[in-house]
Amino acid sequence: MTDTIQVGSYTLKSRLLVGTGKYRDLDETGRAIGASGADVVTMAVRRTNLGQNPNEPNLLDVISPDRYTLLPNTAGCHTADDAVRTCRLARELLDGHNLVKLEVISKSRTLYPDVVETLSAARTLVDDGFEVMVYTSDDPLIALELEAIGCVAVMPLGAPIGSGLGLQNPYNIREILDNLKVPVIVDAGVGTASDATVAMELGCEGVLMNTAIAEAKDPVKMARAMRLAIESGRLAYEAGRMPRKRYADASSPETGLIE
Amino acid sequence: MQISVNGEMEIIEPQSLEGYLSDKSLLGRRIAVERNGDIVPKSQFSEVILEDGDVLEIVHAIGGG
Repeated sequence: MTDTIQVGSYTLKSRLLVGTGKYRDLDETGRAIGASGADVVTMAVRRTNLGQNPNEPNLLDVISPDRYTLLPNTAGCHTADDAVRTCRLARELLDGHNLVKLEVISKSRTLYPDVVETLSAARTLVDDGFEVMVYTSDDPLIALELEAIGCVAVMPLGAPIGSGLGLQNPYNIREILDNLKVPVIVDAGVGTASDATVAMELGCEGVLMNTAIAEAKDPVKMARAMRLAIESGRLAYEAGRMPRKRYADASSPETGLIE
Repeated sequence: MQISVNGEMEIIEPQSLEGYLSDKSLLGRRIAVERNGDIVPKSQFSEVILEDGDVLEIVHAIGGG
């Protein structure tokens, strides 16, 4: 497929974006990411353990920045200031790479985005030259505001992070899609392949997921399932589904029958 | 002198940031350093002389969603 999506200055070949958290080990991470076909791969930035064995494998050895478009996140940040600092550290870590996933999460059990802090961080990051893909709630007005600030992609949740509940808000997602020009990518909430297809059939430009693959019994197989689901959903969206009808409509001609 | 590194206090001899990272076997690894709230570009590791009370954050990439 020559289908691509344009996110800021990046041309992406896959509409599936994947995370690297929660895998058993780096080997499994590498195999699952490979099977997903994704080219955008998220990562987190954390304090280095100073007593660490210097030969311990690093995520970037498995997920090479030469092969993948790395998307550092600001997971764990509860304030705009922490998110901005994390992005600046990530940019230095990745030699000037300026694409980031901004997420400022509330401390509640919902892990809902703190949109007040998110808006503030987005303004600072855009001013500082970052290309910001932003995780947000499914509020259509906030999505519009994030686009106006200059974010290169808006990524509303489909359901709470790690819940695997599937899209709980198709009408909100549809409303956001109708109003925004930048890519809308569902981030969080997908549980299995059909959930990803539903998001793509709605017209989303892509889906970002982590737990649905990493916590499957066979993550490598689920990664492939997700790859196919995303592709199917996109094709179905482009093909345009048939109208829904209340009654049956025979598929075989009702004329020329034998008597 | 005393500095804070990733939230831990540490007593060190006066030295450059490069010297400190080298002692910790971190030089040449994929890390990023923030000193007193500002990013220190890799190219400046040798020029930065650590001072008493410095607060360092040293980070690397790990798995995340």
